[in-house]
Amino acid sequence: MKSENTLVIEAGRAEKHYWLDLWRYRELFYILSWRDITVRYKQTIIGVLWAILKPFLTMIVFTIIFGRLAKLPSDGNTPYAIMVYAAMIPWQFFSSAVSDASNSLVDNAQLITKIYFPRIIIPISSIVTNFIDFLISFVILIILMIYFKFMPSWHIIFLPFFVLILLFTAASIGVYITALNVKFRDFRYVIPFLVQFGLYISPVGFSSSVVPEKYRLLYSLNPMVGVIDGFRWAILGGKSPFYLYGFIISLGIICSFLVLGIYIFRKTEKTFADII
Amino acid sequence: MTVNDVVIRAEHIGKSYLIGHQSNERYVALRDVITNKAKGLWSKLRNPHCGAQRNIEEFWALKDINFEVKQGDRVGIIGRNGAGKSTLLKILSRITEPTSGKISIKGRVASLLEVGTGFHPELTGRENIFLNGAILGMTRQEIKRKFDEIVNFAEVEKFLDTPVKRYSSGMYVRLAFAVAAHLEPEILIVDEVLAVGDVEFQKKCLGKMEDVSAKEGRTVLFVSHNMAAINSLCKSAIVLANGEVNFIGSVSDGVNNYLALQHVVKNKVYFNKSTPLREGPKTFAKFLFVETINSKNETTGTFNMGEDIIIKIGIEFLKKAQDVEVMIYFKGFMDAYYGMFSSRVENFYDFKLGVQDIIVRIPHNNFLPGEWSMSLWVNSNKQSQDDLIDHAINFDILSDNNYTDSFVDYTKYKHYGIIGRSSWSSGIR
Repeated sequence: MKSENTLVIEAGRAEKHYWLDLWRYRELFYILSWRDITVRYKQTIIGVLWAILKPFLTMIVFTIIFGRLAKLPSDGNTPYAIMVYAAMIPWQFFSSAVSDASNSLVDNAQLITKIYFPRIIIPISSIVTNFIDFLISFVILIILMIYFKFMPSWHIIFLPFFVLILLFTAASIGVYITALNVKFRDFRYVIPFLVQFGLYISPVGFSSSVVPEKYRLLYSLNPMVGVIDGFRWAILGGKSPFYLYGFIISLGIICSFLVLGIYIFRKTEKTFADII
Repeated sequence: MTVNDVVIRAEHIGKSYLIGHQSNERYVALRDVITNKAKGLWSKLRNPHCGAQRNIEEFWALKDINFEVKQGDRVGIIGRNGAGKSTLLKILSRITEPTSGKISIKGRVASLLEVGTGFHPELTGRENIFLNGAILGMTRQEIKRKFDEIVNFAEVEKFLDTPVKRYSSGMYVRLAFAVAAHLEPEILIVDEVLAVGDVEFQKKCLGKMEDVSAKEGRTVLFVSHNMAAINSLCKSAIVLANGEVNFIGSVSDGVNNYLALQHVVKNKVYFNKSTPLREGPKTFAKFLFVETINSKNETTGTFNMGEDIIIKIGIEFLKKAQDVEVMIYFKGFMDAYYGMFSSRVENFYDFKLGVQDIIVRIPHNNFLPGEWSMSLWVNSNKQSQDDLIDHAINFDILSDNNYTDSFVDYTKYKHYGIIGRSSWSSGIR
């Protein structure tokens, strides 16, 4: 027997092979994501409809409240509905990905106590599942654009870049909250509040341009501000403001959350099977 | 034999858990952390020289475990409930890390701590085969290659595209085990999973496992309470007791050692600690201890089938109460309820204020072989529950060939829980 497939188990040993293990267990990652997606869309009509209805209805409410009643300005001459929806797509993904990820480990306690695999697979695969909903919700955007006869500019080619940043944001904050949720089991009561709170402090129902200039940098500390502004910039074209400094700050926050999230997750991961 | 033949080497394995004394909860609540921090800060402000009190005790589930397993060995791991078997399996399958020590394993390991891990009721049989296979560590190619064999083994051809939630429990278990039986690791770690399913299928699985290890030189670690299965399947045995290795050697010596150990073990549990699950306000009564005694007046946790069991319960009545009932109920196979005894049923109300011992005698117990757990409950006025201790104490029932005149392997029937005697006759119509 070759010595290279010798596995050594001792306290703190898993650390060294972690990323290699993650690669070894990629098949499990695919299959768990596939399971979640299949189960979610088993009742096809309802699954797809729900993915579309949730952001669409919220968009209508926001358009009426912020656009009609509060009479907040839109970006340039963009229809308010499209401006809101361009932000609603990433926000909806972010909020459901983070809340699903945070419950994913507790929901899969059965697996965690019976087999070994890098635990980070679970929250990440629940984020991937939500990504399908995210893609479906683009259908409404296209319908809205046709309805309002709105033509996106060349900026749209940058959209995949911002989608990538969005994925990183959801993953970093998702993983961080997941770890907290296993450690402190009553943390799950706080999550819906945080998500709700985030919706109002992020520029979803209104344009970032309504935020006074002097608070802009402070405002960019919210990582979703950079992501949403990026989405609007790419989808609505130059009519939407894009603050490069603010975006860089958001990127920095996302990166530090990613490092912090993975660090905390890895630290608590070893004891998951004991405490879950 | 050279050193290279050793595929698993465990050196000084230890695993400790921290047990909180104040709460029964296994996890931390943010709420508690915040209140404790605030309390700590307050007491520090009032008395700066006094450190924060810690209500945490270290509990060693495994202590200094050493053993070696050679390639092709079939090793049975035996021990009482709480001896550390499951912890050891969890460490070997990397679900949890040891606190100290080191294990080196050569070769691909698959562990089967449960049949049907990850099965999803909404998915079809076909989908679940792929899902479960991947979870157990098979690649998609491997599963595709063995797919037909798995389906044949499980005998579920007709229902492949039916969601498993519509399967009968027998079909479900057969499918789950079929996937597991087709794993091809170099080292297979199996927990007591054969206990489910019908007897015929159990035999088939044991046969398959025997084939696998004997013909292909595979190493198997097998945990079971079924001494017959251990005897027929394993060559050597490791006996664990109280988190330590008590014996390593041939399987027949191992089984004898285990059985001898059983009789020595005293079975008495005090309830001053928070270890058993405890509920109820304890306003008028609380349990102090429970003890199981055999007819020779020895405290023991092992009884033969049909033997008398004497249960001694220490209880303190703090206040006068009306219509008091003490109840003992039993959980067995799969943690299901199997029976109860009640003081009210026996019209016994002779409870006095203060500390006393209650003796309950069960003549000719009706339990089938296996592990049993006893829970205690005291209540009054038919409604209010006062002290309830779930899983207060465990005891084992051993198969006894002298239980009746006919020669029967009773361990086969363990999942039926309770046995009774009946008279049989036949007549020509």
